[in-house]
Amino acid sequence: MNGLYENEMKLEFASKSNNEAFARITVAAFASQLDPTIEELADIKTAVSEAVTNCIIHGYENSEGIVKIVSKIFANSIEIEISDSGKGIENIELARKPLYTSKSNLERSGMGFTIMESFMDEVHIESVVGLGTKITMKKIIKKQELQENEKELDSAELGGR
Amino acid sequence: MNSVFLEKDKTLLVEITEEIDHHTTDKIRRKIDDDITRYMPRKVIFDFDKVSFMDSAGIGMIIGRYKMVNMLGGITQMKNVKKSIRKIFEMSGVVKIIPIIDSMAS
Repeated sequence: MNGLYENEMKLEFASKSNNEAFARITVAAFASQLDPTIEELADIKTAVSEAVTNCIIHGYENSEGIVKIVSKIFANSIEIEISDSGKGIENIELARKPLYTSKSNLERSGMGFTIMESFMDEVHIESVVGLGTKITMKKIIKKQELQENEKELDSAELGGR
Repeated sequence: MNSVFLEKDKTLLVEITEEIDHHTTDKIRRKIDDDITRYMPRKVIFDFDKVSFMDSAGIGMIIGRYKMVNMLGGITQMKNVKKSIRKIFEMSGVVKIIPIIDSMAS
């Protein structure tokens, strides 16, 4: 994940569940500079919501803490880093497994990481027990001009003007 | 969230009107559970038409209600599920146990 970035933002907020909506809407607003499609934007919002929820209920276990988000916009992608200084993940491989949850009593589905992985192009997890967890995700966004060019090509093939 | 109980069909219609995440599910869940225990419906239909966002918290919420209704001998269905939300229900296998009863194109 190297290369020159075109824009960057940092966000810090209290680990309160009503900030889940704030976080995903803020990142989506930042991502909108890349002209994503509605679907791409929905994917980003969902992945951010999953990662932030994990910080709040698993990292801090609903106690007080700070959730940090750093996001960078590159020429054709967005990188989003979401971290907490909470309790950390003991077994990352297990946490990544679909349907695995350490909090089944809370009606958690265990699909958080699976959703992040399928909605984003890259997901990296770094975690140290007792120190915290950092999720780094990347989504490739095709520039709208390219998509429009493709559309023009399509319509040309269909015999349109 | 709005709900209507149709006495004749013993059907509870639940229209969810908020974004569904870990923060909002507590409130939604409590309200639906109240309705289920009050009316003992044969059928519960969740209408997602007004739901603009849902993350994995929605999976646990809907499965939990399904289990409750199922225990009381009723069935659960969903309708007006948008593409972005449908993706989550399909990925998690929810659609296999709680059918989507309409076929909204998008």
